[in-house]
Amino acid sequence: MLADFGFGVLIVTFVVALYSVIAAIIGERKQSAQMVESARRAQLLTFPLLSLAAGVLIYLLVNNHFDVSFVYEVTSRSMPTYLKVTAWWGGQAGSLLFWAWLLSAFTSAVTLRKWERDREFLPWVIVVSSITLAFFLSLNIFFNENPFARFYQTIDGVQAYDFRPVGGIPITPQDGQGLNPLLRHPGMIIHPPMLYLGFVSFVIPFAFAIAALVTGRTDDRWTRITRRWTLWAWLFLSLGLVLGGRWAYDVLGWGGYWGWDPVEIAAFMPWLTGTAFLHSVMIQEHKGMLKQWNMILIILTYSLVIFGTFLTRSGVLSSVHAFAQSAIGPMFFGFIGVTFITSIALLIWRWPELKSETEMKSMISREAFFLLNNLLFLSVLVVCFVGVIYPLASELFTGQKVTVGPPYYERANGPIFGAMMALMGIAPLSAWGKSTALTLGRALWKPTIPALFIPMLAYLAGYRQVVALIGFFLVAFVVSVTLYDTFRSARARQRAQKENFFTALARLAGRNRRRYGGYIIHISMMLMAIGILGIEIFQTETQGTLAQGESLQLAGYTVEYEEVATWPDEGAGVQYTRAVVDVSKDGEYIGQLYPRIDFYFDSQQTMTIPGQRSTLQDDLYILLVDWQPVSSVGATFKIYHNPLVNWLWVGSLVFITGMLFAAWPDKDPSLRPVRVNKRAAEPSAAD
Amino acid sequence: MQRTKFILGGLLILAAVVYLIVSSTQASAEYFMTIDELKAEGRAVVGKSLRASGAVIGDSIQYDPQTLTLSFDVAHVPGDNADIEAQGGLAFVLHEAVTDPTRARMQVVYVGPKPDLLRDEAQAIMTGHMGEDGIFYADELLLKCPTKYEEAVPEQSEG
Repeated sequence: MLADFGFGVLIVTFVVALYSVIAAIIGERKQSAQMVESARRAQLLTFPLLSLAAGVLIYLLVNNHFDVSFVYEVTSRSMPTYLKVTAWWGGQAGSLLFWAWLLSAFTSAVTLRKWERDREFLPWVIVVSSITLAFFLSLNIFFNENPFARFYQTIDGVQAYDFRPVGGIPITPQDGQGLNPLLRHPGMIIHPPMLYLGFVSFVIPFAFAIAALVTGRTDDRWTRITRRWTLWAWLFLSLGLVLGGRWAYDVLGWGGYWGWDPVEIAAFMPWLTGTAFLHSVMIQEHKGMLKQWNMILIILTYSLVIFGTFLTRSGVLSSVHAFAQSAIGPMFFGFIGVTFITSIALLIWRWPELKSETEMKSMISREAFFLLNNLLFLSVLVVCFVGVIYPLASELFTGQKVTVGPPYYERANGPIFGAMMALMGIAPLSAWGKSTALTLGRALWKPTIPALFIPMLAYLAGYRQVVALIGFFLVAFVVSVTLYDTFRSARARQRAQKENFFTALARLAGRNRRRYGGYIIHISMMLMAIGILGIEIFQTETQGTLAQGESLQLAGYTVEYEEVATWPDEGAGVQYTRAVVDVSKDGEYIGQLYPRIDFYFDSQQTMTIPGQRSTLQDDLYILLVDWQPVSSVGATFKIYHNPLVNWLWVGSLVFITGMLFAAWPDKDPSLRPVRVNKRAAEPSAAD
Repeated sequence: MQRTKFILGGLLILAAVVYLIVSSTQASAEYFMTIDELKAEGRAVVGKSLRASGAVIGDSIQYDPQTLTLSFDVAHVPGDNADIEAQGGLAFVLHEAVTDPTRARMQVVYVGPKPDLLRDEAQAIMTGHMGEDGIFYADELLLKCPTKYEEAVPEQSEG
């Protein structure tokens, strides 16, 4: 009964969303503020409605209502309550509802803002966000992705139906299948919501962009309104990606964090266009340039978000990413196609009005570097996109399906990533407008010199790989330039304002939070780069079967096998097998590690959990591969040594700090920078 | 003048990206083939970089923890997702492939930890090459287990 109620609520919400679209359009056409207000209220209603539906679903999940097929698929009696709640996004139907719920929350938040200065945007923002919402709900309602469908026995066998079929007998299985053990990890509990938050919040800037195109208000009002939205969207999307990597590292047991899997790339692509967008809106706000370009970027981001949802929506069902085929595939492509073509048509219509206000004067000016940064992000996007569609394209043209694996992405993207890093170092010291190689060189040489020491030291320390040395140089270069520029600006302010250095630094950063937040983010990216260079280039591994007291050596570590024990935990439905190993480094005992294999009864699946010892220097990552209960040959281990990998996670924490610094709401709106058309050459006034 | 420079710069970047893509695809292309196709090609594909997919036959799984050598047989499944859908979905196709003794089968050898998801009727996607001996030597092994609730519903408590 309750399930039917939940489904009913979904249908009502769908109708309400459609109503708000129609009311908004009519209200806009007839210039009826009342009608628009009605559309706005309808849209506000979707959030409580979907919260109600979500509440019903969570109730069903927590209380073992296995007659509901979604509950049956993703939960089982032995699962703890918090996992039953998070199973909401553990399957496709539920995660679509989750997406819709988040979107309704975001659109409600945006319609509650003060609209006085941009009332003309309101109806179109409602139209775009409500159409998106209605689309996701329609998948739940019409395309077999109903999380409230129940099992019925008919002459055709047991199947899930939205409504009781004629002669159907309700069926309640004893227990559910349970969430895939691989998903029962804290990283997996927050990874999808973060990713979805990122995806969903990009709908808002897109909605404003479309509103700007339709209304013809093509100044940068829309980018100013959505600036914070974009930053938050980007923060969540980035966190989603990082958490996914962390989860893979902890759970999947291959000693890696990123595998260039199509699904990973699908989440990475909107991040690329989003990052490009984040940079190029600054040029629009400063110089009135790249307006058309920004429109293209936000339209692309939105399309890629929908595409990414389509590929990632079901999360992990079996392997790293299972592609559950279903009827919604063509729907997604149809929706992406229609929205993309409509948006592009609107853009072409407004194209002349989006002309740049000024022209680029120099190829080494700040704005030219921003443009180059954009092109590099788009280049990575193109590389990724070609990789994803390569099998399809090759089959189409040659009849032979050819796929490209991780080496393709690494090889093709590596140089582009390198160029991005170099640019990250050069651009902050370049000047707006006119800039010459001489002034740029004069600004750059000082921070470049200390950076040269890093690869030299690395070389002397025994690191001989050219790629690594270049990478280390670029990291040092970016960090050095960033610190140098900050220091220089703070000193300038110190002198001008007669403040002490730290007050000057704090005030400077506080007044230019986007700039210095951006700097913190640049440094965090470099820390992450250290981790990535470490694991990609210097990872070593070994494996072996050990009897008690025997040991394996790797990178100065000695791993000695002590014992293995197996015990069941009936309550949790898991049988644990845990090995104990003693670890010493350079002959010195440093502790024990406990690699594990968990066997889940409900899904008949094992899960390998590594024993990890993490330091900033390296990670020792030990997998228990196999064991013999009673025998002289004890257990088999696979050991990875991952140098520097923890800088990846340290970098992500710094990243969050930088993001919060940049995106935290201003206390005083008068502090918001407005476009200045002067040549801001002095560093403290730039940005 | 400025404009030409920017256009030239853009073209240079474009050329660089095209070069990177083309050279990298050539360096890392893997031919996607079904087991039927591999059997038909025979020795012609020995040594080529290949990617193949098949249904894991549970009884054939052997694992030697001493050498970390994993060996199992896979049965032919269609290479195209649309075909798989047309034939009744992945779970069904995998089940059919494993239970049908007339299907083409191939032995796969992989060295490494035994994947958690390796089991009967899982879909294995292998990357590697064919040996002279007709065995597929996989460097990489990816597994998918489709959920199949229709078959797993039997324990009903009430009617």
